[in-house]
Amino acid sequence: MNALPQAGEALDLASGTLSCRHCGAPFRGSGEFCCSGCTAAFHLVQSLGLGRYYAQRTTDPAQPLLRPEEAETELDLSAWVRDVGKGEKEITLMVEGLQCGACIWLIEQTLLKQPGVTMARVALSTRRLTFRWRPSETAPEGLVHLVSRLGYRLVPCDPARLAAMADKESRQLLIAMAVAGFAAGNIMLMSVSVWSGADQATTDLLHWISALIAIPAVAFAGRPFFGSALSALRAGRTNMDVPISLAVILAPSISLFETFRSGPHAYFDSAVTLLFFLLIGRYLDRRARGRAHETAARLLALNAVAATVVDADGTQRSLPPAQLQPGMTVLLAPGARVPADGTIATGASDLDLSPITGESAPQAAVAGAHVFAGTLNLTGPLTMRVDAVGDATLLADMVRLMEAAESRRGRFVRLADRVARRYAPVVHVVALLTFLGWWLGGGLPWADAVMIAVAVLIITCPCALALAVPVVQVVASQRLMRGGILLKSADALERITAIDHVVFDKTGTLTLGRLELQPGTDPALLKIAAGIAGSSRHPLARAVLRAMPDAPLLGGVVEHPGAGLEWRGRGGTWKLGSCAFTGTVEDGTTDHVLWLAGPSGERQRFQFADRLRPDAEAVVARLKAMEIGVEILSGDRPAPVEDLARRLGIGTWQARMLPADKVARLEALAKQGRKVLMVGDGINDAAALSSAHVSMAPASGTEITQSAADVVFQGDRLEAIPATILVARGADRLVRQNLLIALLYNLFAVPLAILGFVTPLIAAVAMSSSSLIVILNALRLGRATIGKRG
Amino acid sequence: MTVLLFLIPIALGMGGLGLAAFLWALKSGQYDDMEGAAHRILFDDPEDKV
Repeated sequence: MNALPQAGEALDLASGTLSCRHCGAPFRGSGEFCCSGCTAAFHLVQSLGLGRYYAQRTTDPAQPLLRPEEAETELDLSAWVRDVGKGEKEITLMVEGLQCGACIWLIEQTLLKQPGVTMARVALSTRRLTFRWRPSETAPEGLVHLVSRLGYRLVPCDPARLAAMADKESRQLLIAMAVAGFAAGNIMLMSVSVWSGADQATTDLLHWISALIAIPAVAFAGRPFFGSALSALRAGRTNMDVPISLAVILAPSISLFETFRSGPHAYFDSAVTLLFFLLIGRYLDRRARGRAHETAARLLALNAVAATVVDADGTQRSLPPAQLQPGMTVLLAPGARVPADGTIATGASDLDLSPITGESAPQAAVAGAHVFAGTLNLTGPLTMRVDAVGDATLLADMVRLMEAAESRRGRFVRLADRVARRYAPVVHVVALLTFLGWWLGGGLPWADAVMIAVAVLIITCPCALALAVPVVQVVASQRLMRGGILLKSADALERITAIDHVVFDKTGTLTLGRLELQPGTDPALLKIAAGIAGSSRHPLARAVLRAMPDAPLLGGVVEHPGAGLEWRGRGGTWKLGSCAFTGTVEDGTTDHVLWLAGPSGERQRFQFADRLRPDAEAVVARLKAMEIGVEILSGDRPAPVEDLARRLGIGTWQARMLPADKVARLEALAKQGRKVLMVGDGINDAAALSSAHVSMAPASGTEITQSAADVVFQGDRLEAIPATILVARGADRLVRQNLLIALLYNLFAVPLAILGFVTPLIAAVAMSSSSLIVILNALRLGRATIGKRG
Repeated sequence: MTVLLFLIPIALGMGGLGLAAFLWALKSGQYDDMEGAAHRILFDDPEDKV
């Protein structure tokens, strides 16, 4: 995190470029701002008296601020507005472009300063803005425009859809945990005085008070375990929750009986502490899953952008894509995502089809052409007629293919569950045998025999399983998150451990999926071309600009969608675009080529190529060194795929693969017993991602790919792949160590319990210490691997 | 040992207060945005609220 240069010291003397006082982007020219949008945003902030924002913000250099948009599109948010009573209305929107705490402050204060706004709150962790207003005084559309003029992009989202995934269960667990913690602390306090030798009357009193606290606490806080145990028993199975429930129910009931008799064996402390520890483990596990869910929800919500519908009388309104009907006319501004399958009615533009095909070169689109949901309109405004919506779109077909692949993927049983399945019956049998042995064989009264059996249950309670595994999981996922790797499914780590084969997609996965200008152009002409290109969203124009980012922007450029750009000035008309547009004779290679034609016969050819990710070669070599097979499955033509495979030293590759072919190949690999990690970024990879043993997608990929993948990684580097595998293996090692520790502890403690030597004091100490040991062991993962990244 | 008759209810009462405070905080949404809360403290409230 770097502070941006402050206003007044914006001049970078070395290069002569300035940085914008609002967005901080470098630019050449005069003045303080890079564009008129930033000028407006800066003055808006100053006029509201919120200028301190610039001094207080911290921004991430790797993640530039969004440029404020000037053009106001017509918006109708009524589909997302909720009534909250008291004459107020509320809306929730996703915010793009949030950087730090100052952004929260700026957005909230800006909204609160508007008349009629009663509440505004941005949640940084979920990137959601909620605000309330009085409809008689203001309208949400204007407020949303105000915030977008500051440089944040707002997308309406449906909180009901998100709330369905919001973690109610983890909140209940947290409450149960608080209650159990309270009870455990207080009962432990009294147990200490009992152990340190209180007289009989005091011991009885303390036992009674303990019972009063423990029984309601167990009844309340144990519910998560009782419910799960009951449903397992009903289904004729037994799981880890059955011995847990038995122990935490039997122990207080028997202790209550013992308290009636003024006996010494009251296990209230052990029972409640046990419950507390188990709830911590359950809560951590739940939170890891909840976070995975939230990541998925965020990706899905971003997909649900509004579509601008033009009615027959020319009025515009904004609708969620789900409410579109075939026959409607939809307006597509440059930069908008196509919401449904349809036909272009008017306009001409270039479309980015890469989400569907994986092909990085954009395609020209004119009236009558078919467009598909999920593709991106790049250069010109379009209107389209909706032909198919929702389930009938190509996108939905892809999703179905993906779901089908997912359902064929074998159900994965986590290690903890596999161990629990064998462990639980053994515990039951041992406890039962202990009871029968002492009662029938040893001649003890039944109450004492049950007491010893309960001690066995408490001692064998699977803290290592229930606590250590979630702790390892949380530590591992936090470690990965620091490296920009998000675990989306809770069992992803365990799946990755077994990986012995990695399958890559080509475009956008091994390569950056971003075209770059090849060297060998005349710098003077490049400067003009970059100046012209600055006003277009076309990927090739963007690539020209990236090659010379500080070229002065040329004004008055006219864009001819699907053809190129035209600029009048400096001696005549300059054209930047396709062969035909610039009047150049075709030379056969039309892909990824731009031409610049000047008024006095200047000609310049710009050749573009998709660049490899910077560490692709190193990562492939590293995977091979880890004895993991590497393979490419691409939808592209054979020639570039072969070329890439040779450069990376990958022997196995296949080109022209359709989504279904990729799935078939992955299933064939699975039949050979390979555990495959699939890495891909396009919608055409989504089905393959779901059918692989485990899958990863770059954050630059499409939303649907990211929701199909188990792991999403940020940044340009593939290093995330071996890093994740190493962390997963480290986590697996720790889990197994913890299981071993638990086993050793049981080997030592269970015979003591069976022989009846365990007192409440020994039970409490043994249980707590074994829990602490496995937690400390799990925390080693966070420490040991820091420093030697990846 | 009669002092226990005072001390135990006091201890329980204090623990109970803590528990109640936690449940209240949880219910009023104070655990919903942990990340934002860490940043929010760095910014002053607008003057008209002071």
